[in-house]
Amino acid sequence: MTAPGVFDELVGQDEARRILAEAARGTGMTHAWLFTGPPGSGRSTAAVAFAAALQCPEGGCGACHTCRTVLGGTHPDVTRVIPEGLSLGVDQVRGLILEAGRVPNAGRWQVLIMEDADRLTEAAANALLKAVEEPPARTVFLLCAPSTNPAEISVTIRSRCRVMGLRQPPAGAIADLLVTRDGLDRREAELYAAAAQGHVGRARRLATDPQARAKRHDVLQIPRRLTGLGACFTAAVELIEAAEAEAAGTYTDQSAAEKEALETALGKGGTGKGASKAARGSASALKELEKRQKTRDTRAQRDSLDRALVDLAAFYRDALAAGFGARVNPIHPDMAETTRAAAARLSAESLLRRIDAILECRKAIEANVRPRIAVEAMMTRLWQS
Amino acid sequence: MAALEPIRLILGDDEFLAERAAADYVRAVRASLPEGEPAPAVNRISGNDLNTGAFAELTSPTLFGGAVVGVIESGQDVDKDLAAAVLAYAEQPAPGIYLAVCHNGGNKGKGLSEGLKKLDVEVVRVPKIKRQPDRVAFVRGELRDAGASPRSASAEIADTIIQAVGSDLRELASACAQLVADTDGKITQESVAKYYSGRAEVSGFTVADATIAGDTAEALGALRWAVQVGVDPVPIADALAMAVRNLSRVAAERGGAAQLAGQLGMAPWQVEKARKQARNWTADALAEAMRVCARLNGEVKGGADDRGWALEHAILQITRLSAAGKGSRV
Ligand SMILES: [Zn+2]
Repeated sequence: MTAPGVFDELVGQDEARRILAEAARGTGMTHAWLFTGPPGSGRSTAAVAFAAALQCPEGGCGACHTCRTVLGGTHPDVTRVIPEGLSLGVDQVRGLILEAGRVPNAGRWQVLIMEDADRLTEAAANALLKAVEEPPARTVFLLCAPSTNPAEISVTIRSRCRVMGLRQPPAGAIADLLVTRDGLDRREAELYAAAAQGHVGRARRLATDPQARAKRHDVLQIPRRLTGLGACFTAAVELIEAAEAEAAGTYTDQSAAEKEALETALGKGGTGKGASKAARGSASALKELEKRQKTRDTRAQRDSLDRALVDLAAFYRDALAAGFGARVNPIHPDMAETTRAAAARLSAESLLRRIDAILECRKAIEANVRPRIAVEAMMTRLWQS
Repeated sequence: MAALEPIRLILGDDEFLAERAAADYVRAVRASLPEGEPAPAVNRISGNDLNTGAFAELTSPTLFGGAVVGVIESGQDVDKDLAAAVLAYAEQPAPGIYLAVCHNGGNKGKGLSEGLKKLDVEVVRVPKIKRQPDRVAFVRGELRDAGASPRSASAEIADTIIQAVGSDLRELASACAQLVADTDGKITQESVAKYYSGRAEVSGFTVADATIAGDTAEALGALRWAVQVGVDPVPIADALAMAVRNLSRVAAERGGAAQLAGQLGMAPWQVEKARKQARNWTADALAEAMRVCARLNGEVKGGADDRGWALEHAILQITRLSAAGKGSRV
C-alpha cells in the first residue's frame, strides 16, 4: 500500500513518506520532530502533512474535513508559526508554548509547527527547550530548520527531537508531479522543474500562475537590457516593484481572515458597560496583529526578490556552462539562445564576477541592507563587470 | 506703571539676545503708552551708518506727534564724534523719545558704552551663553514665554531640546515656539523626539548635497554637526544613496524636466537640481558611487563598529569620485 494522500506533496522523498505515515499510525511516534533539508525540499510541506496525518482518523487521507482544515491552515489544534521578523522572540515563543499545552479541542493532538526554528533567539530557544523536554501528554512539536548545524539549531534541542532529513527532490520527480497532479505536458513540466531548481512550490507556481511566469520572463531579460547606467536603475526599480506586487497578494486572504477572527474573538460591536474599555484593549490587539502581518508581508517581499535573484544568477551560470561547453542540464532551458549569446560575448571571469555580485546582493539583503539600494548596486556590477 | 527709562544700553556679544532685547524695549514703549495713542515710530540704524543727520532724525519727534523709538545696532562701530553727540543727547533726552544703544561690550568703541554707564542709564546685559545651566534656563524661559505648561517647561525637556537642536539660541528659540505650537503647550519627550527626527532628514540631505557636489569639507562638517546633535546614521546613508540614484537616473535620460519628473517619480525641481549636479560626474563614477552607498548601508545597519567612520569613509570616496568626473571631462 502506498502512503496516504496527505503525503503526495512530498515529491521524491519516499523514505520520509514511509517514516511519517508509520509514525502517524503510532510506530515510532514522539513528541518532538525536527524537519531539516535545503530550501525547497519541503520541510514545511512535510510538517503540515504530518500534522494532518496525526489529526486525521484515517492517518492522513487528504480528503476528509480534518485533513482539509489542517492543510488549509484553519484547524483549531494545529498552530503554524512562520518566521515573520528576523527572529522569533522569547515572549512570542512562550505564548505559543502555553497555547500548545492546552488539551486538543477537536483533534487528537495539539500540534505546534515552527518553521525556521533556526530563527529563534537564544532566550526563545531555551523556553522551547524546556517545553520539548517535558511535553504535555497530547502535544506535538514540529520544528523546521535548514540543517542540524549547531550554528542554526541548538544541540540540546536537536538531541530532544527525532530528526527527519529531507533532500532536494530531483528535477525529474518534480516534473512527474507536475504531469500527474497538474496535468502539464512533459516538455513544460520539465522546463518548470528545471527552472525551480529543486523547489517544488516554486515549480508548481510557475506551472499554474501566469503572473509568476511573466515575472520570471522579465527577470531573465535583465542581462540583455543593461546597456547603460540609466537602465541599471530602471531594472532595479522594476525588479523591486515586481517583488512587491507578487508579495502583496501572498497573504491578502489570510490577513483578512485573521483580522476577522480576532475581531470576532474580541466581541466587536459590543455596547454597554465595559465596552469602551474592551474597545481600547481590542484596538491594541488589532494593532499588534497588523504589525505582525506587515512584517510577514515584508518577509514575503524579500522571499520573492530572492527567488528573482536566484533566477538571475542561474542565467549567468547557464552562460558559464555554455561557454565551457559543459554537458550539464541548463536551469533555464528556454533561454538557451540568449545564454549562448552571453557566453560568446563575456569571458568566464566576468560571468563569475556577475554571479558573485548577485550572491553578494542576496547576502546584503539578508543582512538588512535596504533591498533597493543593494539591487541598484548589483545592477551596476552586472552592467560593468 | 513704572516710567520707562528714555535710554537703554544693551550690552553683550550675543547678537540674537541683543536683537531680542531691542525688540523687548520697543514692546515696552508700546505698552507704556496711554490707550488711544498712536503706535510708536521705530527707527533702526547700524552704528556704521550713523552720521549727524541720521542721529538727529533718530531723536526727533514725528510730524504727527506720538512716541519715537530709535535703535542703534552695533554701537561699537559708532565713530568718536558721533559717540560724543549720543552721550550729549543722553544727558538730556527729549520727552517722548526712546533710544536703545546696542554694544558688544568689547574694547572697540568703549567710550560710548562706558560713557552711557556713567550717566547711569538702564543697562540690559546680553552676553553669549556658555554654560549648560544657563542654556537650560534660557530654553525654559522660551518655553514659558511661548505658553508651555509648567510641567512642559521642565529642565529635563529643556535638556532634550538642547541635545536635539544644538546650542544656537536662535534655533533653540524657534524650536521652542514650534514645539509649543505643535503640542498646545504640552510638550513630552516624545514630541521633542518627533521634532528632531524631522530635522534628521534635512541634515541627511545637507550632507548628501555637499557630497555629490564634491565638497569634502562641507560634507564632513555637515556630517559632524548631524552626528553631534544625535542624528542616526541610517537616514544620512539613505539620503546619500537617494542623491546618487537621482543623479544617475537624471544623467542618463534626455527630455524636459517635467516629463522626466513624471517618468522617474521625482519632483521637477529635483530633476533640475540633479541635472546641474550631474555635470561633474561620469557614468562609471556614479556606478561606483552607488556601490559605495550599498556597502555603507550595510555598515550603518550594524555591520560596522564605528558607524560615524563608515559614513566619513563613504563621503571621502564619493567626493573623490566626483572629482575624478571633473578631471575626465574637458
Ligand atoms: Zn483525512
